[in-house]
Amino acid sequence: MAASYETLEHDVIVIGAGGAGLRAAIEAAAQGVSVGLICKSLLGKAHTVMAEGGIAAALGNVWPEDSWQVHFRDTMRGGKMLNNWRMAQLHAQEAPERVLELERWGALFDRTKDGRILQRDFGGHRYARLAHVGDRTGLEMIRTLQYHAIHQGLDVYMECTVARLLKDGDRVVGAFGYRRDTGEFVIFKAKAVVLATGGIGKAWTITSNSWEYTGDGHSLALWAGADLIDMEFVQFHPTGMVWPPSVRGILVTEGVRGDGGTLRNSAGQRFMFNYIPEFFRAETADNEAEADRWYTDKKNNRRTPDLLPRDEVARAINAEVKAGRGSPHGGVFLDISTRRPADYIRRRLPSMYHQFKELADVDITREPMEVGPTCHYVMGGVRVEADTTASTVPGLFAAGEVAGGMHGSNRLGGNSLSDLLVFGRRAGLHAALYAKNFGGQLVVEAGQVEAIAAELLRPLARPGPENPYTIQGELQETMQALVGIIRTESELKTALRRLAELKERARAVEVQGGRVYNPGWHTAIDLDSLLTVAECCALAALERTESRGGHTRGDFPRTDPEWGKVNVVVRLKNGGPMLRREPLPQMGEELRALFEEKR
Amino acid sequence: MPSFTLRVFRGDAGGGDFKEYRVEADDGMVVLDVIHRIQAVQATDLAVRWNCKAGKCGSCSAEINGKPRLLCMTRMNLFAEGEPITVAPMRTFPMVRDLVTDVSYNYAKARTVPPLRLKPPEPDGTYRMMQEDIDRIQEFHKCIECFLCQDVCHVIRDHDTKRAFAGPRFFIKIAGLEMHPLDTRDRTAHLKDAAGVGLCNITKCCSDVCPEHIHITDNAIIPLKERLADEYFDPVFWMIRKLRGTRSQTPA
Repeated sequence: MAASYETLEHDVIVIGAGGAGLRAAIEAAAQGVSVGLICKSLLGKAHTVMAEGGIAAALGNVWPEDSWQVHFRDTMRGGKMLNNWRMAQLHAQEAPERVLELERWGALFDRTKDGRILQRDFGGHRYARLAHVGDRTGLEMIRTLQYHAIHQGLDVYMECTVARLLKDGDRVVGAFGYRRDTGEFVIFKAKAVVLATGGIGKAWTITSNSWEYTGDGHSLALWAGADLIDMEFVQFHPTGMVWPPSVRGILVTEGVRGDGGTLRNSAGQRFMFNYIPEFFRAETADNEAEADRWYTDKKNNRRTPDLLPRDEVARAINAEVKAGRGSPHGGVFLDISTRRPADYIRRRLPSMYHQFKELADVDITREPMEVGPTCHYVMGGVRVEADTTASTVPGLFAAGEVAGGMHGSNRLGGNSLSDLLVFGRRAGLHAALYAKNFGGQLVVEAGQVEAIAAELLRPLARPGPENPYTIQGELQETMQALVGIIRTESELKTALRRLAELKERARAVEVQGGRVYNPGWHTAIDLDSLLTVAECCALAALERTESRGGHTRGDFPRTDPEWGKVNVVVRLKNGGPMLRREPLPQMGEELRALFEEKR
Repeated sequence: MPSFTLRVFRGDAGGGDFKEYRVEADDGMVVLDVIHRIQAVQATDLAVRWNCKAGKCGSCSAEINGKPRLLCMTRMNLFAEGEPITVAPMRTFPMVRDLVTDVSYNYAKARTVPPLRLKPPEPDGTYRMMQEDIDRIQEFHKCIECFLCQDVCHVIRDHDTKRAFAGPRFFIKIAGLEMHPLDTRDRTAHLKDAAGVGLCNITKCCSDVCPEHIHITDNAIIPLKERLADEYFDPVFWMIRKLRGTRSQTPA
């Protein structure tokens, strides 16, 4: 009986405790409602902790010319105009206040000479815009939020995985999951649920994402009847480590290039000059001298192509390696050692210095790094209302990477941390308001819970011979080989066929051991969501017959203006995903005018 | 491909023992990779915490050949082929299962640290801080909360974890707040009583195991001890405190 499960009740539960989840929980608590914050790992270990370069916000501390309008324009152009314009506008307008708020909560950003927050250059941003702490900005952000949150009277449930959302009629009324340390089930009754679960990067072999990134929030939302949009757009960060094999995919911050590092091929050429797309030609330097001058004089010079948006750089690296101009271990060279003094490198990039020294025996102050693309971020996610973060299901909100729309077809570096803060706060606020207006009783029907519990326990009953890690590995290899940076119709169809087979095999997954802290069991359960998001991604990628941002079709290499008018929407129908094309919201005249001015 | 024998602790709160696994290690592998390799085939239920695999999140703390270390930052080439490698959970904290321990002690201590109390802004509404005034605190903010310093600290390790003692992790947290240019709170009473900084006898074990190389003892604990000595045992400071009573001692 359901009554035998631990049952907790809050006005608002927040699933995920990275930047978005923490900020949402803080805001909801500030509205005076009871808040439960649930995280799969220990508090402070979420993916935000790994963010390196900085938080994009038009503070104008280094370049007073900067403004929210310029940031908005950069963001929309970086996303190849597929962004939800209202999200991009709110984000650009509110990011500076969210950064200053972190400072009031104790964050210590690197300083300008006159004692204000220093800002650094990053790809696709016209001005130096990223508030940062060396190359460990995410750590500063999550610690600040974490230590602020624990004094706001909210309850934190660590190492607890949510497996399904609970519904009463159309509306979401809670969540069902298990405590990882005991394996016991737990029911969360809640008037409103905020998803802040991050992304889907664990569906690829070469990834900067940890075991947690299995698309839980995307799947929870889809299964609960919500819409997902833009699932074809996956960001491959251009610079991940490529050697040794065991660290392949670990992130190398864009800050290396922001602080003066350049990409070179095996012939020593700065190849990015050969990959400047028409869309960015007017604002990008076409020779090395101008590119180098740009770091100190942005008024009279155009930006270095090393700092084109991530999708452009990742494709360029991919092409260089395929053309046989790669580094010994299948990447390209990223060099800052000949460009900046050793002291400067150690001060600005301490964790990159440490990471290469300890894991690859490379001293980045003396020699170049070898880097290549790594799966990093999903632009697609839960379709939300820009101002409130409300999904299409009553009571369900989403913020951060799990939400779609903000970044369009490609996210600019630094825009994620600011997204988490801006929309985390909005999610917490609107979930609390929704909870305050919640009418009627919170009812969780017992049969619903029993069915989920039985499903979750199936791998422990040893139904068949499959190993959960093997299935996960094959899924990752499928996505890596067939739904990677460059996609084609035939490969996507093959991927969908293999995913269907894996789905079937996953039903026969069995695990050793019991319910107490059993990673085999957890991996088996996470396969449900991982398979779901992988299928959504491949289906959406097959649907969009053009190339744009984080979606490149080898068989449709051009960007098609007609496709620029629609989002691909995924919705559940008869138990399976169904696709629709729906028109993109259109911005008003005033904002549109920002794109007519040339540079 | 070099091959190794790992002795990994398997067990739970009820007890357990070391179990041997033969495993091969590729070029550049760290101990966490090898543990994952065992998990993928030989022991799918082997419990281990991890996240970033790059020394940034502080999840995979353990004791390797008796030394507190991060599994993800310990390269296999540290060990000679054939040399046995023992991997045990952090001994100080209660066992959950295999390499996973119950570190809730640290989260409970975290809640007791009196938070930042913000000073009023400059007349123009902003806060200004000079880089040289925050360098030291930024060192403390590098902490990844791996709790290896708490694990190795003999005040916690060899005594009762229920006593009033914050441990090295929270001494740097307190020091970071005490030195914060925007903070106005006085934590000396907290330091003396709840945090028990006097119990530390400066053996520097915490600094030795810190994967972030934070100078915990020299830069945080010793200055905190000095502050306490000044406030409580220096007659001039005592007099000033009595007369002015400027910094409040009230909780949040």
